[in-house]
Amino acid sequence: MKSRREFIRISALGLGGFALAGGAGMALRTALKNGMPEAAGLTPDLTRTPTYCEVCFWRCAGWVYKDSEGKLWKITGNDDDPLCHGRLCPRGTGGVGMYYDEDRLRTPLMRTVENGKQTYREASWEEALDYIARRLKEIAAEHGPECIALFTHGSGGEYFSTLLQAMGSTSVAAPSYSQCRGPREVAFITTYGQGLESPEITDIRDTRCLVLIGSHLGENMHNTQVQEMSDALEKGATIITVDPRFSVVAGKSKYWLPIKPATDLALLLAWTHVIIAEELYDKEYVERHTYGFEQLRAHVRNFTPEWAYGITTIEPVTIRRTAREMAAASPAVIIHPGRHVTWYGDDTQRLRAVAILNALLGSWGRRGGFFMPDRVQVPHYPRPPFPEPARTWREAFPERYPLADLALASGICEASIPGATPECNFKAWIVNGTNLLMTLPDQEQTKEALRSLDLVVVVDTMPAEITGWADVVLPECTYLERYDIIRNSPARNPNIALRAPATEPLHNTKPAYWMAKELAIRMGFGDYFAWESIEEMLDWQFKELGTSLEEMMRTGVKNYPRNFDDLYFADGQDIEFYTNTGKIELWSTSMEAAGFDPLPVYTPHEEPPEGYYRLNYGRAPMHTFARTANNPNLADLMEENDLWVNPVIARMWGLNTGDYVRLRNQDGIDSTFAIRVRVTERIRWDSVYMVHGFGHADRRLKRAYGRGINDTELMSRVHIDPIMGGTGMRGNFVTFILDDKGKEARS
Amino acid sequence: MRYAMVIDTKKCVGCSDCVVACQTENKVPIGYARDWVVEVTEGTYPHLQMEIRSERCNQCENAPCVRCCPTGSSHYSTGGIVLVKPRRCIGCGACITSCPYDARFPHPKGHVDKCTFCDHRIKEGNGPACVEVCPTKCMYFGNLDDPGSEVSKLLRQRRYKTLIPEAGTKPHLYFLT
Repeated sequence: MKSRREFIRISALGLGGFALAGGAGMALRTALKNGMPEAAGLTPDLTRTPTYCEVCFWRCAGWVYKDSEGKLWKITGNDDDPLCHGRLCPRGTGGVGMYYDEDRLRTPLMRTVENGKQTYREASWEEALDYIARRLKEIAAEHGPECIALFTHGSGGEYFSTLLQAMGSTSVAAPSYSQCRGPREVAFITTYGQGLESPEITDIRDTRCLVLIGSHLGENMHNTQVQEMSDALEKGATIITVDPRFSVVAGKSKYWLPIKPATDLALLLAWTHVIIAEELYDKEYVERHTYGFEQLRAHVRNFTPEWAYGITTIEPVTIRRTAREMAAASPAVIIHPGRHVTWYGDDTQRLRAVAILNALLGSWGRRGGFFMPDRVQVPHYPRPPFPEPARTWREAFPERYPLADLALASGICEASIPGATPECNFKAWIVNGTNLLMTLPDQEQTKEALRSLDLVVVVDTMPAEITGWADVVLPECTYLERYDIIRNSPARNPNIALRAPATEPLHNTKPAYWMAKELAIRMGFGDYFAWESIEEMLDWQFKELGTSLEEMMRTGVKNYPRNFDDLYFADGQDIEFYTNTGKIELWSTSMEAAGFDPLPVYTPHEEPPEGYYRLNYGRAPMHTFARTANNPNLADLMEENDLWVNPVIARMWGLNTGDYVRLRNQDGIDSTFAIRVRVTERIRWDSVYMVHGFGHADRRLKRAYGRGINDTELMSRVHIDPIMGGTGMRGNFVTFILDDKGKEARS
Repeated sequence: MRYAMVIDTKKCVGCSDCVVACQTENKVPIGYARDWVVEVTEGTYPHLQMEIRSERCNQCENAPCVRCCPTGSSHYSTGGIVLVKPRRCIGCGACITSCPYDARFPHPKGHVDKCTFCDHRIKEGNGPACVEVCPTKCMYFGNLDDPGSEVSKLLRQRRYKTLIPEAGTKPHLYFLT
């Protein structure tokens, strides 16, 4: 479709448009109302099926139970899983809601024009896949296959990635890099020659001091870490929390440092100053393992707690006391690297300061600090080698982001707009399991890219903002209805987990592996998916790993002994780090070579204008990304986000808890919907706070539509990290629009 | 035998996993809950304290709901668990009014419903669903009459409180503080 695409609410189709083709479909819908399983042809049983969770990226392993009627009943954790130890988080426990959500996508949809108006019509899988394969081939022939990009944040990414690489494109991007954890990976790689992985290699279980800076562990329910934090608390570990908001974990901390937002790097430098000035660092470790200590000592000489006090508002006595507390616990101390660290555009520098502080305290490779992970090598099912791509995503930005080591979702988005980069690199997107409109900041840029593309394919289980921009919408079945790739997580011990379907896919939905294979066959790349069935592929892989599909169906999880080495460095051991100097680089040679500060330098950030407040946002344990707000079980726990406002500010504006307001940002952008005010002492007077992932604008999401505010639409000022392209999203300021006060949500 | 639940407010992060685990385990209809999370914040920024509690039926030893039930539907079961016999319940709501903890709700099917300590799971030797799912392991379940049980030990070792003790209901839900 060459015409500039516009956003279509899938609801525009009307009710009739959603009736399923054929009598079987109707029978299924009726059956769903009355309790679906009989019509789906399921035999009632009480057996459990192994799965791993897909509600968030942590991927805990669990069991799906059906009740005596054969109906999906509940999901519980797998006791043998080192990620969850038999205990899923609320999202995982509420995963059944994904299956029962009556608003799910049901059948392929294709953009069409009726009476001059763009709309969707239902299509068969044959027609939808034929169309996509034909258009992809045409685009590859005209512009080169490297002009096709994949955005993914789900298990299906693996299959579409294989398809893209077979075509000759390596442009596979996950927002989890440039919108989330990228800066810390680059910071730790430049310091230790190694990243933090996912799940992180933090040895929280045995730590004696856990420092959280801008990380609200417990509200961001990263299961293994939350469990280990609870164990550490029980064993008497100290928690130091730095957060302008009195987070849940701040309430459990020995020290809460209510820092002025945007000044974290000053605090980190002052801590470093104290630890060096008072000679609290691990001298033997620093001597043996690090490079550039003298330069660091000189660099932080003037960054005293008194200097930091004027910036952070944290009292010098508190800075000194907490630094000493960390040193006393050393090496069983973790300055936690955090997650979602894209804040102010200097994030790699801030995370370098975190990495340096850990190195001074000798926590890397030590019990209670950071352990050395191990994982299984899962072999690929035999397939031809991929062709060498003519261009990679990196060539879209020849001068920029030199230290990025993964494709940037935001960068590919920018490079899809003609004229935005020297050469426009992207003409087609496949989007799997990531609601880009609510994930990438600067929505106008995302929309401009979407209008410019020749083809947009969206694969998802639910209608969402991004599906409204697709040329073709492919309805994916949920993780409870499909096999998927083997889960292979780095951990203390290598481990694998199986996801198997607990039930047949509802409606006319299909697994992503099936879609990718069908597309590959149509495009002449079938050799890359040479397995007859996914069961055959999995069984082959499992047998290579010394087990089988049959065994994994019984156990769900398999743990292996470590292949090599120990969890921690041995005393007196010389270690070769994968850095230029072979040492932990306090002074970074690769940052210097790329033209950046080799030691972290504090720069002040913009302050809110009069009457405006910094927009801070975060996570709630029961929701994840912008994907769960419509899940009936999870919406029941939290159906909209609240705006946290300090009582002093609330009095000034005449706001009370329960009032609804809209927000306007510093660039004059207004929120689409209204948000409910929560007046609370738990937040500073210079900022407001909301949970991310609400304010859905797609009417088809009946529970989530218009509930709360979408923080992403208020992020028009994006501070991009020049080192690796991370999109800093904490530099926006908002004020209140009171017209809606007292009204309900859903404007 | 007296079953009790002990909840460590120092470890609870208020994630509501106990709520959704209860809902799926017991097929509690969407929009209703047998358990819930309460957060209490005291003080003025930045001098703040917070307590988070996972709450449910207190399984009182001296339960007003049992005393006031006109049909005998509300009754004591094994281990002092207070249960409702749905068939005998006429949905009059006297128990809902008499409960100081607001722990009961009218089920859409017409009877009153509330936490059962997952008695169906206890019979099989498992703990209540909320206890077994909790990621912070802040909840404990056991027999108060057994001095060796985890709940008895915790109540000997730690400071604790019960909710609204002045109501004289002798709750079997204890919060470590």
